[in-house]
Amino acid sequence: MADTVQFDLVSPERLLASALVTAVQIPGADGDMTAMADHAPTITTLRPGLLVTEGPDGKSEYVVTGGFAEVSPRGISVLAERAIPKGEVTKADHDAMVKEAEEALSKAKAAFENEPGPVDDAAKLLADMVAVGDHITV
Amino acid sequence: MPSLKDLKNRIESVKSTRKITKAMQMVAAAKLRRAQEAAEQSRPYTERFNAVMAGLAASVGGSDSAPRLLSGTGSDKVQLLIVMTSERGLCGGFNSNIAKLARTHAQKLRGEGKEIKILTVGKKGRDQLKRDLGDFFIGHVDLTEVKRVGYVDAQGIAKDVLDRFDVGEFDVATIFYAKFVNVVSQIPTAQQIIPAKFEEQEGDEASTLFDYEPDEEAILADLLPRGVATQIFSALLENGASEQGARMSAMDNATRNAGEMIDNLTIEFNRSRQAVITNELIEIISGAEAL
Repeated sequence: MADTVQFDLVSPERLLASALVTAVQIPGADGDMTAMADHAPTITTLRPGLLVTEGPDGKSEYVVTGGFAEVSPRGISVLAERAIPKGEVTKADHDAMVKEAEEALSKAKAAFENEPGPVDDAAKLLADMVAVGDHITV
Repeated sequence: MPSLKDLKNRIESVKSTRKITKAMQMVAAAKLRRAQEAAEQSRPYTERFNAVMAGLAASVGGSDSAPRLLSGTGSDKVQLLIVMTSERGLCGGFNSNIAKLARTHAQKLRGEGKEIKILTVGKKGRDQLKRDLGDFFIGHVDLTEVKRVGYVDAQGIAKDVLDRFDVGEFDVATIFYAKFVNVVSQIPTAQQIIPAKFEEQEGDEASTLFDYEPDEEAILADLLPRGVATQIFSALLENGASEQGARMSAMDNATRNAGEMIDNLTIEFNRSRQAVITNELIEIISGAEAL
């Protein structure tokens, strides 16, 4: 049996999950990463995506958007602005998220005409949001 | 001297008032419990968020490239006051205490020659400040329709505030709300949210060296706007609990006062009834004696 590590998934409104897990796959801003016990202390921001935990109690999956993950010797905490268990995400939820990202993109395009930075960020956000749709089966 | 009938009506009316205040007190108690639960559940997020932010801010804060949300615009000329109050009255001094704190703060700032702008959240605070500070209002957030304050509401307010900050409408933002201590005590509090201030936290947290992905500054730039929303959210929740706590103790007082009033009125009623009976007896006796 692999070593386990304390994992907490927190949204602003409540503590969503707190359990001992063997591995957590985190959708980091620079790419997915999997954290296991004794991982080097890391802080990474999240991109919209799928968070997968594996533990003695089985596998659970959450759709998370915005926030960050903190991997420390004491455990792994993911602070997500929005976190929904994968099974509970509906098509309407996803559509709303995509629409929000689309609006952000068009706003960024209007506000920063000559600076590609923020526009690219918004476009990436939208692409990530759309990609989330491939994971959820609705 | 009121007649017996008048007194009787009066007692009845005070009794029904007492019933209403009693009911309101019990409703407030139930809502308080829910509000406290909500506040408690948001605590892990806020605490960890602030701990990480404090660490980040300490390491990046000194450099010139620190985001404006952290370092400020370099001036404190234009001050934004975000006054958070409730949508309903009948909660004792809750709203007026927050309004009073905001007003003193505003006057102090104006005395120092600074420009102020006011954003109100909640109808009651706006009504109270309208008379002397109405000219400085730049916006109002209406939460009348919101049954349970959610993070979305805080995000909405934060977005509004951040948009205004981005176009340079103000330099410093402060939120006013009441911190919940217990049912009888809620402390009106002013808290600066832009530029962000974090309490230094002692402990092993600081000694851990983290790898940052992408890098510290990018993370900070991403998280600071979220920090504003988080702080507004926790202030909204504190305010919610404080409002119900204040209402509960105000209604408890009202119920007790109504009870006292009923006792006094009942004594008066009995006295007047006794007086009427005595009077009638005197009349009968003196009538009989005259015969």
